[in-house]
Amino acid sequence: MSDKGTARNDASRAEGADASSATGADSHHVPGVVYDPVAVKIGMWLFLFTELLLFGTLFIVYGVYLHDFNWQFRLGSAALSIPIGTVNTVILLTSSLTMALSIAALQRADKKRSIGLMWITILFALAFLVIKSFEWAGKFEHGVYPGSDHLLELTKGENVFYGLYFTMTGLHALHVIIGIGLILFAMKRVAGERTTPERPLLLENTGLYWHLVDLIWIFLFPLFYLIS
Amino acid sequence: MEPKPIDNAAPDYIHAEKGLRSWLTTTDHKRIGLLYLGSILVFFLFAVGLGLLIRLELFAPGEQIMTNDGYNRVITLHGIAMIFLFIIPGIPAVFGNFLLPIQIGANDVMFPRLNLMSWYFYIGGGIFALCSVIIGGVDTGWTFYIPYSSDTSTNVFLPIMAAFILGWSSILTGLNFIATVHRMRAPGMKWFRMPLFVWSLYATAWIQILATPVVGITLILILLERMLGIGIFDPGQGGDPILFQHLFWIYSHPAVYIMVLPAMGVVSEVISVFCRKVIFGYKFVAYSSLAIAGIGSLVWAHHMFTSGMADVARVVFSLLTFIVAIPSAVKVFNWLATMYKGSIRVEPPFLFALAFIFLFSIGGFTGLLQGALSTDIHLHDTAFIVAHFHYTMLGGGGVMFFAAMYHWFPKMFGRMYNKKVAVTGWALFFVGFNCLYFPLFLAGLFGMPRRYADYLPEYTVYHRTSTIGSWIMVTGILLLVGNLLHAFFKGRKAEANPWGGSTLEWTIASPPPTHQFAEIPEITGGPYEYPDEVEGPDEVKDE
Repeated sequence: MSDKGTARNDASRAEGADASSATGADSHHVPGVVYDPVAVKIGMWLFLFTELLLFGTLFIVYGVYLHDFNWQFRLGSAALSIPIGTVNTVILLTSSLTMALSIAALQRADKKRSIGLMWITILFALAFLVIKSFEWAGKFEHGVYPGSDHLLELTKGENVFYGLYFTMTGLHALHVIIGIGLILFAMKRVAGERTTPERPLLLENTGLYWHLVDLIWIFLFPLFYLIS
Repeated sequence: MEPKPIDNAAPDYIHAEKGLRSWLTTTDHKRIGLLYLGSILVFFLFAVGLGLLIRLELFAPGEQIMTNDGYNRVITLHGIAMIFLFIIPGIPAVFGNFLLPIQIGANDVMFPRLNLMSWYFYIGGGIFALCSVIIGGVDTGWTFYIPYSSDTSTNVFLPIMAAFILGWSSILTGLNFIATVHRMRAPGMKWFRMPLFVWSLYATAWIQILATPVVGITLILILLERMLGIGIFDPGQGGDPILFQHLFWIYSHPAVYIMVLPAMGVVSEVISVFCRKVIFGYKFVAYSSLAIAGIGSLVWAHHMFTSGMADVARVVFSLLTFIVAIPSAVKVFNWLATMYKGSIRVEPPFLFALAFIFLFSIGGFTGLLQGALSTDIHLHDTAFIVAHFHYTMLGGGGVMFFAAMYHWFPKMFGRMYNKKVAVTGWALFFVGFNCLYFPLFLAGLFGMPRRYADYLPEYTVYHRTSTIGSWIMVTGILLLVGNLLHAFFKGRKAEANPWGGSTLEWTIASPPPTHQFAEIPEITGGPYEYPDEVEGPDEVKDE
C-alpha cells in the first residue's frame, strides 16, 4: 500500500512539473513548490470536514434539546412557514445545479457560459437571503427574537428552539454570504484566465464549498420546518 | 539514507533575504518556524511570569500581593496564555514547521502561503489575548464555564475571540501537515520509513482538524449567549450548562494530546539519536500515536465525573480513560527498551528526554487515580489535579519543547550552545519542577481545593515549598532560554550533524539553505539506521 502511495506521489510530481511549466509565468504560484491538484483537493476536503464538524456540533445540540423538549420543538416548528422554507430549498438546490453547470462549462472551455452561470448562482443566493431576511423580519415583528420578552413568556423548549433556529440559520446565512464572495472571486479569476480548463481547481473548490452550503440547508430544512 | 552533498555556496535560509519585510512575507517553512519560535517564547515567558505571581500570592495564607478577584484574573490569563499560546502551537508550529518537510525529504509544506496565514492568525489571536489583559482580564478560568462566562462583568469577548482565532490557526496548520505528509514524501519514503516525529505530527494534525471546530462553535455560542441572550446554555431559558461542558471537553481533552503527542515524537527522535539505535518497536510507537489520537477523542467526560452524569456514562468514560493509558505506556516501554544495550551519550537533549519519561510517568499514573470514579470524587477540583496536569503538560509538552530547542538549535541556527550551562539549567528546572508541583499532590490529597487564592494554615508547608520550587524552576528556565540567546549571537559554529543523527535533517547544512534539497533524496531505508562502525561524531567542545 505504501509502495503504491509513493508511486502515485511520483506520478503527480511529474504531472505537477508539467503543469507548472505549462503556466510558467504564473505569478500567484509560489516558485519552487510543486503544483499538485490532488493535494489541493485533499486540503479542500479537509477544510469542508471542519465545516461539517462546526455544524455537526450544532446538530448534536439540536438532537439533545429535541430529546429534552420534544413537543415544544414541534410547537415551535409549526410556527415556521413551510412554503417559505420549501421555496428557499428549491432555490438553493437549483443554485447548486447552476454552479455545477458553470464548472462543466469551464471544463469545455466555454468561459462566457461559465461566468454567466456563476451570475445566476449568485442571483439565486441573493434571492435566498432576501427571502430569509423577510422570514426573520416576520418573526421579529411577532416579538420572536433572541432575548425578547415574548419569547420568555413561551415555554423554555420553544425558547431553545428559536435560539437554535436563529443561530443555525444565521450561521448558514453567513456561509451563503461568504459563498457569494468566493463565487465573485472565482468569476474574476476565470475572467482573467487565471483559472482555466487546465487549472480549474479554484472554481471546483468554490463549487465544493457551495454544495456544502446547500447540503447543510438540506438538513436544516426538515429539522426546523418539517417536524411539526 | 545516503547523505546528499548540497551546494554550500548558497546562502542559508536565515540570510537568504534581508529585512523585516522579507520575514513578514516569507513562505519558507523554516522561516515561519522561526517566526513562531520567537512569538511563542515571548508569550511563554509572559505566562511564566503570571505563574510566578500565582505562587507568590500562595506563599502564605491570607492576601499577599493581589485580591481574590485579581487572583481569578491571573489564573485565567495564565491558563489561556499557556494553553492556547504556548503549549498547543508549541512543538507542531515551531519544530513541525521547521522539520516536517525536511524529515520527509520535501522542500516546503504543501501550502506555504496558508502556512504563513496560520502564523498571522496566531499573532491575531495573541493580540486579542493581550488586549484582554490591557483592559483588565477575565475571571472565568481558561475553561470559560457557563454560567461564569455568560454572567461575568469582565470582558469575555476578547479572550474567546483569541481562542477562536488561535483555533483556526491550529486547524490550518493541521490541514497543511496532513496534505504534506500524504503528497510530498520523497521517493522511497514509505509510511513506515517516516521518522516518528512525523508520525506524531500526523496524528496530532488529525486531532487538530477533528476537534478544534467543535470548540470554535461552542465559544461562539457563549458570545451569542452574552450578546443576544440566545439561551442555549442558560437554564433560565431552557438551556443546559452541562451540555457546554461536554462540548468544551470534546475539544479540550483531545487538545491535551495535541500538546503531548508531538512531545512524544521528539522523545523518540532524541532517544534514538543519543542511544544510536533504531527505536524498539518502531511500528508500535507509530501506531500508538494514532491510537492515542483515536481513543483520546472518546474520553472527554472524565473531566465531568462530579457534574451529575448518568452512572453508565461515567463507567464507560472511566473505562475508556484507562484504555487510553495503554498506548502511552507502549511508548514509554519502547523508549526504555531502546536504551537497553544502546550506545548512550548523555547530552542535554537526552537529559530532557529522561526528564520527560520520569515526569510524564508520574503525571500519567496520577491520571489513573482521577480516571477511577471513586477516587476522583475525592480528588476532583483539588490541587491534586493542578499537580497532575502540570506534570503531564509542562513535564511532558513543556520539557520536550526545551528538548527540541536544544536538539535542533544547532540545525536551525548553525551554532552550538554552552553545554555546561544547559545541563545546569536542566538540573535547576528538574529539581525546581518537582519541588514546585509534588507538594501540590499532597495538598490536594489532604483537601486543598484548586483555584483558591487563600488557604488554611495547615497547608502552608506545601504551598511554601511549592513557591520556593517555582523560584528554582524559573531560574532554570531563564538560564535555558538565556543560554540559547547567547549561543544565537556568540555560539561556536556547529557542524551539520553534531549529534550523529540519521534522519534527513542531519544530512543537510546547518543552517539549511532555503532550498534544502537541491535534488530530492531517494530513500532506501528506515529512519534510524546508523552506520555499523560506532565511531561517533566528532566530540563537540564547549566554546
